[in-house]
Amino acid sequence: MINYEIVIIGGGPAGLAAALSARKAGVENILILERDAELGGILNQCIHNGFGLHTFKEELTGPEYAWRFIERVQKENIAYRLNTMVLNISKDRIVTAMNRDEGIIQIQAGAVILAMGCRERPRGALNIPGFRPAGIFSAGTAQRLVNIEGYMPGKEVVILGSGDIGLIMARRMTLEGADVKVVAELMPYSGGLKRNIVQCLDDFNIPLKLSHTVVDIEGKDRVTAVTIAEVDENRKPVPGTEERYTCDTLLLSCGLIPENELSVNAGIELSRITNGPVVTDRLETNIPGIFACGNVLHVHDLVDFVSEEAAKAGRSAAEFVQNSTAEKQSSEPVVLKAESGVRYTVPFTVDPGTMEDLLKVCFRVGAVFRDAYVSVYFNDERVMHMKKRILSPGEMEQVILQKKKLLEYDDLKTVTIRIEAE
Amino acid sequence: MERKELTCIGCPMGCSITVELEGDEILSVSGNTCAVGDKYARTEVLHPERTVTSTVTVTGGEKQRVSVKTAGNIPKDRIEACMEAINNVSVSAPVKIGDIIIENVAGTGVSVVATKNIS
Ligand SMILES: Cc1cc2nc3c(=O)[nH]c(=O)nc-3n(C[C@H](O)[C@H](O)[C@H](O)COP(=O)(O)OP(=O)(O)OC[C@H]3O[C@@H](n4cnc5c(N)ncnc54)[C@H](O)[C@@H]3O)c2cc1C
Ligand code: SF4
Repeated sequence: MINYEIVIIGGGPAGLAAALSARKAGVENILILERDAELGGILNQCIHNGFGLHTFKEELTGPEYAWRFIERVQKENIAYRLNTMVLNISKDRIVTAMNRDEGIIQIQAGAVILAMGCRERPRGALNIPGFRPAGIFSAGTAQRLVNIEGYMPGKEVVILGSGDIGLIMARRMTLEGADVKVVAELMPYSGGLKRNIVQCLDDFNIPLKLSHTVVDIEGKDRVTAVTIAEVDENRKPVPGTEERYTCDTLLLSCGLIPENELSVNAGIELSRITNGPVVTDRLETNIPGIFACGNVLHVHDLVDFVSEEAAKAGRSAAEFVQNSTAEKQSSEPVVLKAESGVRYTVPFTVDPGTMEDLLKVCFRVGAVFRDAYVSVYFNDERVMHMKKRILSPGEMEQVILQKKKLLEYDDLKTVTIRIEAE
Repeated sequence: MERKELTCIGCPMGCSITVELEGDEILSVSGNTCAVGDKYARTEVLHPERTVTSTVTVTGGEKQRVSVKTAGNIPKDRIEACMEAINNVSVSAPVKIGDIIIENVAGTGVSVVATKNIS
């Protein structure tokens, strides 16, 4: 069996940043395993710009952002294997992987960092009975076809779902000569960034129909038309509001979901809300020595936050293999709770004794709030109260907790984040 | 007098801004909540600009396409001409990030550059 101090599953932005920070913390033996033929993950197909504003203070395209990290990984001589699919991770951190040259390989890891990213929600989102003609693609698949393979999936397009990938593809296919007729969104708001709505739809006069869904798809071999209709508060189509669009392609952009089959097999506890592992402030899962970061942990909209989170996972894993945290552990971690309007927090617990000086707690809200307050409670006492002009489900929010404040507070059991009207 | 409606992209508020103008002179900006919106609306109405990203065919490389971008913003009404130029060129490998693929695309004074390495 091969031995490595840290094995990282996935060579996307999360895996790359985790590797670099673990190296910076002094770990020599690091291995990245990537199932694709190149490093960079999903960024390779995101050829649009808008990445890295926070980290590099300039707007990069996906491949450029990825390259900044790949270059450093290569300079640092961090080992990686491409075309290598991880099949299993055991509780005692034996990683089983497979590639063409070596067949099945087994690696004993001192620590494991999960950085497998996410995948698109399956078509189940489309609740229409009957057969499925050709011409229905997920937006991410269409993105790969157009941007990597240079193949246009169709000429007349209807898009269901207004997540960022759908919006980006509306512009991309329009620029390549397709006629994008409409984007239908089931919810009364779009999950996509404002900037994408303006620059991908408004710029090309593509209508965005909120509270609408697809009710009928026509076509035997290939899609020939799609009918959309307005939905009521219960998301049921309203009769009489149907509009029919002739088209040869239907793109589905119905959200992303963390890729956690491997985690489940390893016995890692997942959150029902994020679909990612339940982690401590050090991004450690319930299995000691297995850490998680990036889209496998929770879906991010900005890659900058992915890199930042991953750097922390790298530091924590380094500490774990250098064995410096074990003795500092205090007995009961403080539980982070999401309530009234807050859907989840990451992390889920914090240990004031071993936490870093500042902890960024990420969270998402469940609906759009205007002129509301983000409040933080220590036990039952409100300790932070911040006014926000707008909070929306599409944008990840953060509050920062100070180690000093947590340590000072007597008998701290819970930290709760709530959205309050006043 | 002309009226233009736009959505500010400065933050998630997404204020609907109305600009009133007479030719090239802006008479009023309203609907914005802060100064960022005012500035955005003024440039957006008079000189809207965008960065264009796409891909170009590569010959003799490990991949068939290389991703590209305009090295800076170009006027919005030149996007179509820029895309046409991009779709009419091909390059041969190797290509490096930052390599100029098209100089002064569609007369904008801005170059189209590669955003990926292809060997
Ligand atoms: C379409 C799209 C558009 C986006 N646009 C923007 C934007 O404009 N600006 C911005 O800042 N952010 C954007 N993002 C967000 C950002 O790019 C992602 O959040 C980020 O790429 C996530 O990084 P990751 O490393 O967690 O996941 P990924 O990039 O998905 O990387 C995961 C890697 O793990 C590998 N892997 C998975 N399972 C295995 C296995 N079993 N064995 C081996 N390897 C495995 C995968 O092949 C992949 O390479 C966008 C995301 C998407 C999907
Ligand atoms: S005007 Fe100000 S508040 Fe309104 S969207 Fe623009 S930046 Fe945000």
